[in-house]
Amino acid sequence: MHLAPRALRRAAAAASIALLATAVGCAPQPEDDANAKASGSTGTTCAKGKLATKSSGKLTVATDEPAYEPWFKDDKPASGKGFESAVTYAVAKQLGYGKSAVVWQSVPFNKAFAPGEKTFDFDINQVSISAERKKAVDFSSGYYDVRQAVIALKGTKAAKAKSIADLKGLKLGAQVGTTSLNYIEDVVKPTREAAAYAKNDQAKSALQNGQVDAIVVDLPTAFYITAAEVTDGTIVGQFENQAGTPEQFGLVLDRGSALTSCVTAAVDALRKDGTLAKLEQEWLSDAVDAPVLK
Amino acid sequence: MTLTKDESGAATPDADDSYTPSQRRIERERLKRARARRATAIAAVSTLVTAVVLYLVVVSAPGWPRTKETFFNGQYAREAFPKVLEGLWLNVRLLLICGVAVLVLGMLIAIARTLRGPVFFPLRFLAAAYTDFFRGLPLIINLMIVVLGVPALRLQGVTVDPVLLGGTALTLTYSAYVAEVFRAGIESVHPSQRAAARSLGLSNRQALRHVVLPQAVRRQVPPLLNDLVSLQKDTGLVSIGGAIDAVRAADIIVGRSLNYTPYIVAGLVFVALTIPMTRFTDWVTARMDRRRAQGGTT
Repeated sequence: MHLAPRALRRAAAAASIALLATAVGCAPQPEDDANAKASGSTGTTCAKGKLATKSSGKLTVATDEPAYEPWFKDDKPASGKGFESAVTYAVAKQLGYGKSAVVWQSVPFNKAFAPGEKTFDFDINQVSISAERKKAVDFSSGYYDVRQAVIALKGTKAAKAKSIADLKGLKLGAQVGTTSLNYIEDVVKPTREAAAYAKNDQAKSALQNGQVDAIVVDLPTAFYITAAEVTDGTIVGQFENQAGTPEQFGLVLDRGSALTSCVTAAVDALRKDGTLAKLEQEWLSDAVDAPVLK
Repeated sequence: MTLTKDESGAATPDADDSYTPSQRRIERERLKRARARRATAIAAVSTLVTAVVLYLVVVSAPGWPRTKETFFNGQYAREAFPKVLEGLWLNVRLLLICGVAVLVLGMLIAIARTLRGPVFFPLRFLAAAYTDFFRGLPLIINLMIVVLGVPALRLQGVTVDPVLLGGTALTLTYSAYVAEVFRAGIESVHPSQRAAARSLGLSNRQALRHVVLPQAVRRQVPPLLNDLVSLQKDTGLVSIGGAIDAVRAADIIVGRSLNYTPYIVAGLVFVALTIPMTRFTDWVTARMDRRRAQGGTT
């Protein structure tokens, strides 16, 4: 009677100890590699095509799926069409990677910032740079100055708004996790709680269904939505920059990534030689004149 | 009988008619207590060792400082807590209202499915079709259709409020689950009970009301609680329509800061809500059992 359970118990104890031991054994991962490299290699040149990328000789670039217009065309990041796709290939070229050396990866917005080893070299996904976010990830310098815009259905009260004060009493919506939502909360401060949607698609249908009076998105997206998707929608206006500093989209890199300085240098060079302006002109050309809401 | 025999066979006088345990019994009990103490001590040490090892595994992981900062940041926890609580109020209201609606609707469907007689065939058929459909339909799709699709119809007098629509979708899906729990409970009552009730002159409806359901409900409490806890967590899905519940409130802060602590806060708040609910149903079940025991003996 006694012997069998005791033997069993011993075996179980031994097994659990072995299990724990293996758990300890496989826990360590070279998480600090990137940090070590970053501090060790400061000031080193960004040798063309020979960066310490995830897979050598290739540049792995991440973006969310689906990839929206006008940032990408037809949900095909590798096409080189659409503003962010074009910027990616320009940056890659600057770093010494040809078109065939760029590998695209689908990474959901939220996952791009999770701690732990990144699977990509950088992420391009209309991510606004902020001091708070810099605590979690590295950003390249900004590749696009973005403004936020308000969309409403034509002929509604919201469409006639001329100022931020006119928006206060409305039911506004935006995608969660975006600076668009921050603009509603920090700039408009509406009397009715803002609606936060998981995706812009749901915000769009809420606008069409009359569940919200207006939605906030970035200006190029607003132009695309009103031109192609919600054709009875109109851009009410755009917001001014908060506190005078332009909001910028940046490329997202792992915190302490060895590539940050190189990617930043590449973006800066593209801004200096006018490439960014040219690409903006090509893909986002009409995203300029919308009345400013004050 | 003034003498009691203990197990050793020695007769002992029982002067004041009270029981005195034998030497052997005292010995046996002492041994049992020692065994119990030893078992407790081993369990305690084992638990402690496991806890320490787990703690060390987590803390000595190379990514721990970063993980701690990203998931267990005091500053963001303090910032998120009031907003998460505010959002939780929506979850709680939805849980209460949908919970009651689900119980009522589920019970009606279950009764419809257990009705006998050829007259009730269409009712039985509809009830079965309802449970089959809504139990199979993924909740998220149900919510999308109701919250985003119904307003698209632009029907006069139908609300576009995402919370009301989301609550409707939750009720539709969950009453299908709960109806099956009720039905299983009703069918678990032995047919002899119904037969006995009928033979006492109770009508079919009276037998159901006074004999079958009271027995069935008792057996349904644990699975019903499961569904209720599930519903509590799924109330958050109304955020599809833009409403801000506890999880979405956390989402908003995470999106701005890229720090995940608010999710931990929201998770703990939900767990804290579930625990009293479990204790409450345990108490209700225990009370029902006590009453049943009384009814059986007196």
